[in-house]
Amino acid sequence: MSVLVVVECDGGEVKKSSLEVASYGSQVAQMLGTTATAVAVGEATEANLAKLGEQGITKVLHDAEPRLKDFVNGAYTKLIAAAAQKEDAKVIVLANSNIGASVGSRLSVRLQASIATNVVELPKTDGGSFTVKRGAFSGKAFADVKLDGDRKIIAVKKNSIEALHEAGKTAQVEAFSAQLTDADFADAPKQVVMQDQAGGILLPEADKVVSGGRGMKGPENWNLIEDLAKALGAATACSKPVSDVDWRPHHEHVGQTGITVSPNLYIACGISGAIQHLAGVNSSKVIVVINKDPEAPFFKAADYGIVGDVFDVLPKLTQAVKELN
Amino acid sequence: MKFLVCISNVPDTTTKITFTPDNKEFNKAGVQFVINPWDEYALTRAIELKEAQGGGTVTVLNVGEADTEPNIRKALAIGADDAIRVNAHPKDAFFVAQQIASIAKDGGYDVILMGKESIDYNGFQVHGMVGELLNIPTVAPAMKLDMSGNTATLEREIEGGKEIVEVNTPFVASCQQPMCEPRIPNMRGIMTARTKPLKVVEPTADAARTEVSSYALPPAKQGVKLIPAENAGELIKLLRNEAKVI
Ligand SMILES: Cc1cc2nc3c(=O)[nH]c(=O)nc-3n(C[C@H](O)[C@H](O)[C@H](O)COP(=O)(O)OP(=O)(O)OC[C@H]3O[C@@H](n4cnc5c(N)ncnc54)[C@H](O)[C@@H]3O)c2cc1C
Repeated sequence: MSVLVVVECDGGEVKKSSLEVASYGSQVAQMLGTTATAVAVGEATEANLAKLGEQGITKVLHDAEPRLKDFVNGAYTKLIAAAAQKEDAKVIVLANSNIGASVGSRLSVRLQASIATNVVELPKTDGGSFTVKRGAFSGKAFADVKLDGDRKIIAVKKNSIEALHEAGKTAQVEAFSAQLTDADFADAPKQVVMQDQAGGILLPEADKVVSGGRGMKGPENWNLIEDLAKALGAATACSKPVSDVDWRPHHEHVGQTGITVSPNLYIACGISGAIQHLAGVNSSKVIVVINKDPEAPFFKAADYGIVGDVFDVLPKLTQAVKELN
Repeated sequence: MKFLVCISNVPDTTTKITFTPDNKEFNKAGVQFVINPWDEYALTRAIELKEAQGGGTVTVLNVGEADTEPNIRKALAIGADDAIRVNAHPKDAFFVAQQIASIAKDGGYDVILMGKESIDYNGFQVHGMVGELLNIPTVAPAMKLDMSGNTATLEREIEGGKEIVEVNTPFVASCQQPMCEPRIPNMRGIMTARTKPLKVVEPTADAARTEVSSYALPPAKQGVKLIPAENAGELIKLLRNEAKVI
């Protein structure tokens, strides 16, 4: 019996969200009196995989098949299922990412497991039951969900679990083959197009986000957003109307019908704070709102606020960050 | 080509969420229900593809009790040809996926579309479960869908980018923006929707694997701390020394 964690890697590195997943998995293993094994997907180096020991992982299974570099649903699902069988995994933990949800939902059927996505806390296991807390109603509520059966799959929401860092501990990296064949790569991508993100920080993984709304007046003013983001090491985002009129690309649109982010810091500039926008950002740890209208609804959801003109305030903030560094 | 579009019935996006006194269920009192916004992308794209192909059918499917019928009629008014309602409370994602898979199999559908996730449960699971139950490919979440013969070209969003994927029918895709501009019903659509077929079937007797034991609202914010615009730089100091986020 063991806990299996799925770690997503990119360009040799383990993604930040997967360090959280690994930490979640090793803590669950401890609760259940067992150990946590990881299985790697994407492009990984052995040295970086061994470092997963710092997150409490004892062993990492690594299939060196080069076609696993890009996300292929068929192949990833088979690889993880094979690892779960080998390790007799009772709990499988993955990131609540596009990859995690695509693979996790298929695995739940294949392995006859119960599944919860969008999970924000470690499970409660009193009295033989297994309950996890997950986000629901687009960030407006939480649900405690009881997972039945003796196999469970948990997809952990980004930035909701603190990653462990036990310096010096290493995991044993073990070569593993899931015997993947061409048929498993039938849905392999013909092409992969990566976005050009400001400062190279991807919005879904970002710790800090600077976001602009219609109050920015036009795309020509986005340098103000980008300058502050750059100074802070933040990703940039926008409200829906901004991407609808193509001031900014669609992948920056956050909210109910865009992506959900939960960074440590979300700075909203010239965004009114409509309920559909809040749905995508309200689990951010600290929210800062800059708006010239003191009645803007966003102030009710904010931790810090400045009632003022973005064109005046943003350059001052950027300057202050530069002075601080 | 036969399209099957799965829709769910969800509280309007502006709904203030509350629960029954025992916190076991969502409080539906006074709430307006709509077609899940993500499902609107699936529905409109299916109709557009059918129109481009000059033939075929778009069937909408909902797993829900009779109170979902107004939104099923709305989907028919937007342009679906017929509808099926599986008469059951949607217990969990696996329960719903089994109903969809069973109908998709019996009906011989070529393309099964749905929204990325429902905005109430936010599961983002049904697509993969249906694909696995039917042993066919799934593409999730899809931002673009084009068909040429039996081959579909899709853009799948991945963190930080997109993949261009080709799959043959039958397949499942879960849809999101900017796939299309969701249509709204026009007068003629509303008139014809009344007489389009809506079949009600009973669920295949299968169990759920998860159960919500209770709901909770997030803790209320402490209240906003305002910094005068003249001292904007002060905010940065607070973010470092007080909030400790930079
Ligand atoms: C089904 C549905 C789904 C939706 N999904 C989303 C979603 O996912 N994401 C999303 O963002 N929206 C979504 N919306 C739209 C949402 O309701 C709002 O319309 C939208 O968020 C408003 O964007 P905004 O705040 O940028 O613009 P506005 O509401 O126009 O607000 C602009 C703000 O800028 C301020 N401002 C103007 N000039 C300045 C200045 N010089 N300095 C400082 N402040 C200034 C104004 O006071 C105002 O508060 C959805 C709507 C629906 C119906």
